[in-house]
Order: sequence, then C-alpha cells, then structure tokens
Amino acid sequence: MVDNRARDKPFNNQQVHSHQDSPAASELHLINIRIGEMAAITLSVATGECVAISGPSGSGKSRLLRIVADLDPGPGDVEGVLKLGQRDHLHFSGAQWRRRVAYLAAESQWWFDDVESHFIEQPAHDLLHRLGLNPALLTAPIRRLSTGERQRFALLRMLMHQPHVLLLDEPTASLDHGSALSVEQIIKDYRNDHQAAVIWVSHDAEQIARVADRHFSLQPSGLIELTGENDGGH
Amino acid sequence: MNGIVVLSAFDLGLAAILILCLAGLSLLMGLGLVRSLFIAALRTTVQLLLIGLVLKSVFAQSNALWVIAIGLMMLLVAGREVMARQQRRFLGWWGMGLGTTAMFVSTFSITLLVLVVIIQADPWYTPQYAIPLLGMMFGNTMNGIALGVDRLTQNAWQQRAIIESRLALGQEPAQAIADIRRDSVRTGLIPIINAMAAAGLVSLPGMMTGQILAGVDPVEAVNYQILIMFMVTAGTGFGTIAAIVFGAKRLFDDRQRLRLDRLSGGAENY
Repeated sequence: MVDNRARDKPFNNQQVHSHQDSPAASELHLINIRIGEMAAITLSVATGECVAISGPSGSGKSRLLRIVADLDPGPGDVEGVLKLGQRDHLHFSGAQWRRRVAYLAAESQWWFDDVESHFIEQPAHDLLHRLGLNPALLTAPIRRLSTGERQRFALLRMLMHQPHVLLLDEPTASLDHGSALSVEQIIKDYRNDHQAAVIWVSHDAEQIARVADRHFSLQPSGLIELTGENDGGH
Repeated sequence: MNGIVVLSAFDLGLAAILILCLAGLSLLMGLGLVRSLFIAALRTTVQLLLIGLVLKSVFAQSNALWVIAIGLMMLLVAGREVMARQQRRFLGWWGMGLGTTAMFVSTFSITLLVLVVIIQADPWYTPQYAIPLLGMMFGNTMNGIALGVDRLTQNAWQQRAIIESRLALGQEPAQAIADIRRDSVRTGLIPIINAMAAAGLVSLPGMMTGQILAGVDPVEAVNYQILIMFMVTAGTGFGTIAAIVFGAKRLFDDRQRLRLDRLSGGAENY
C-alpha cells in the first residue's frame, strides 16, 4: 500500500523543527558578492525558480555556492550581502542559515558506518524506489555503495531537512543518464512542493535546458545571462 | 637518608660507557644516531647538574617566589614543547597560548589543591614537595595536551570535507566536530590511563623507585605514588579536555565556518 500523501509530498510527512520563522518559502538574493578578482555578482532567485550556472572549470562556481551557503569567508568578511526573503543572512547563525540554504557538494561525504545513521529521519521507500535505490542499502556499510548511489542518498539526506533554497554543485555528475533524470525529477518535485529556490551548477547544456528557468555563465566579468538556443553550456 | 649509596663521578663515567657502546653499534649499523645520541646525553648531564644546583639553593631558602618562578619556567618550556610537537599548529598567539593556558590552569590549581589539602605541607610552597609535584604534573599534562591537540588539528585537516558536509546540513560546529573531539581527548588520555593500569605490574613508576632507592619504606612510597597517579591523571585529563574544547572552538569562526586557515600551512587553501 502506498500512502498517497507521502507520494505527493514526500518531504512533508515530518515535523519541521528548526524553522522558527514563517515556514513560507523565501526567495534568495545575492547582492554584490565578490569572488577574488571577479566582478561583483548580483542575482535574485525567486521562490520555486531554478537558476543554472555554467562556466569553465576553475571559474569559481563551487566557490560561489560555498559563499552563498556561508561556508567560505565571503559576505561579512569581504563585501556583499546575502538575503533570504527580507532577512539578511547575518540575522541567522551560520548553522541556522545553512539549514535553510542547503549546499550539496559535488562529492558526497559520509562519516558513520551505515547510510541510515546519516539521516534525521528514514526516507520513504517510495522515494528510494523513484531514485532507483534499494531500501536495503540504508543499513549497508557505506563502502559497499557506488559513487552514484552515495550521491543520490546525499541528495535525499539534504532534502529531509526541508531547506528553503537548494545549492546544487553538479549533482548528477557521477550518474548515468537514467539516474540523472530521476534526480532531476525529485528536485523538480521538491521545488514545486516547497516553492524552493534552486541554484544548479551544471556542465550539461541539455540538462540545463530541462531543469532551469534561467541560465547564467560565470565569467571573470561576472554572471552573464544566456538566452535561447545559443546557450554556452559547454 | 642512611641507606643511599652515593654515586661518584667515576660511577657515572662507567655508566657513560654504555652510551659509548650504543654509539659504536649505531656507527656499525649506519643508523645515523651518533650525533643526536651524544647531544642528548650531554644535554641530560648538563641540564640535570644545573637543576640539581638550582634545587639545592632553592631548598635551602624555601622562598615562595623562587618556587613560583621555577614553576613558571617549567610552564613556558612545556608550552613551547607542546607547540613544537604540533604538525599543524594554530597561528598567532594561539599556537603557544592554547596549550600553555590549559596547562597553567590545570597544573597549578591541582598541585596547589594537593599541597594545601592533602599533603598539608607547611608552608604550602615547601620546595621539596612543590617542585617535584609540579615537574611530574607538567611532564604528563604536556604529553596529553600535545598528543590531543595534534590529533585534533590533524583530523580536522584530513576530514575537512566531512566537517563541511556536516555544517552544510545545518549542524552546529560542536556537533560537526564531535567525533574528532572525542577521539582527540581519548588520544591525549590513553597513555596516562594505561600508565595507571600498568603501574606496579609492568612498570615501577620513577618517583616510587626513587623514594625506595632513598631508603623510604616501600609502602610509604606506594602511597605517594598513588597520590601522584591520581593528581597527574586529573591534571592531564582536565588540561587536555580544556585545550581540545577551546582548540575545537578556535577552528570555527563567528559564522560557524570551518577555518583551517587558522592553522599553519592552511592559508594557501583559502
């Protein structure tokens, strides 16, 4: 028996404990963020919107996501402001901010022996099946999992926290085409259900065309918006 | 003490022949140890002779200021030693300050407590009690803190991606580094816990041996040794925990970000 509510909104069947402020979704604003010598970056991502960022490797895409997640010295130390809705990021502690603005690194990290221990709550089996993950893997030792399986579990682990904003650093880089499509679908569902803002770093022009509402290229001169067919994704 | 056999310079010279034999063997086997062996042997001779003279005059005067001065000197040397043993030390004041402050607080407070409440030395700074106790406290606390803090910074360095991944999931710094912190405290405390467990069976502790050699009744010597073991373990434990708690805090900034650029060799990664 499949619980339909769980199927429709798989991340809603749990208590939201860490969000003292309004549970409503919030848009994300980057105002004059500087990375090294690069021109200042200003970008707003609306609720439920997905913005793709591409650009040559080493252009600072990961660095930008890390600064937005407040993991690297950036705003506050250098210059620039991050905002979630009306609220400046300094209104939150680092941990509070990152519970709302979640960053998924390109390579997933694991520190306990099995998968399950990393989850604040068991992911619904229905959700695992949709991602092509065998629920038995939840209790398997981490070293038995393939890179692709780890990456998909890492995505679920992050979504269980119900963040307002997703910062995704090439989330499907280690996945085959079929798994990549299922990850795209899960993220799309989450975005729709939670009106989450998404920044998605990708090298794959076709993927960007499938998932993103807007597409930017990160260049030394800053973020350049790309439109239409002459898309510079690769 | 009547029982003790006084050693002459000739006796020590005979013992030095053992070191010469070891050096000869090292030369034969090409171990490259001769130089450091001789320097260390020379240092131990000179340093111990000097401290013997210093202690002789301090014992003769029984002056609180002298005792405190010697305690502070030991503290600074031990603090430097803790810093020198770190592969990745904290930059700036923290490099030496972390271990030294932790040692200062735990060592002086516990030694004072033992002198005043348990031994009830009169006056409390009686050098025959205060200085050996401080020495043993520093020696052990120094080891615990050096091992523990080194483990902390090394692990944080190697597990950077894991710590940041945990931060990215919204964990507080204390939670993100909890496993490393626990492991570091264990690393710092295991030698002294093992020493307590093995005392009397595998090893006869140096202090007790010394007292027995000096003609003290072995049961009396054992009582002192038990006291020393307890105070040294407490001092090492509190000192190591303090150094690791504050060290772990220092690894994060006010935005709760991991800041390995606060360690030597860390700046180029930012």
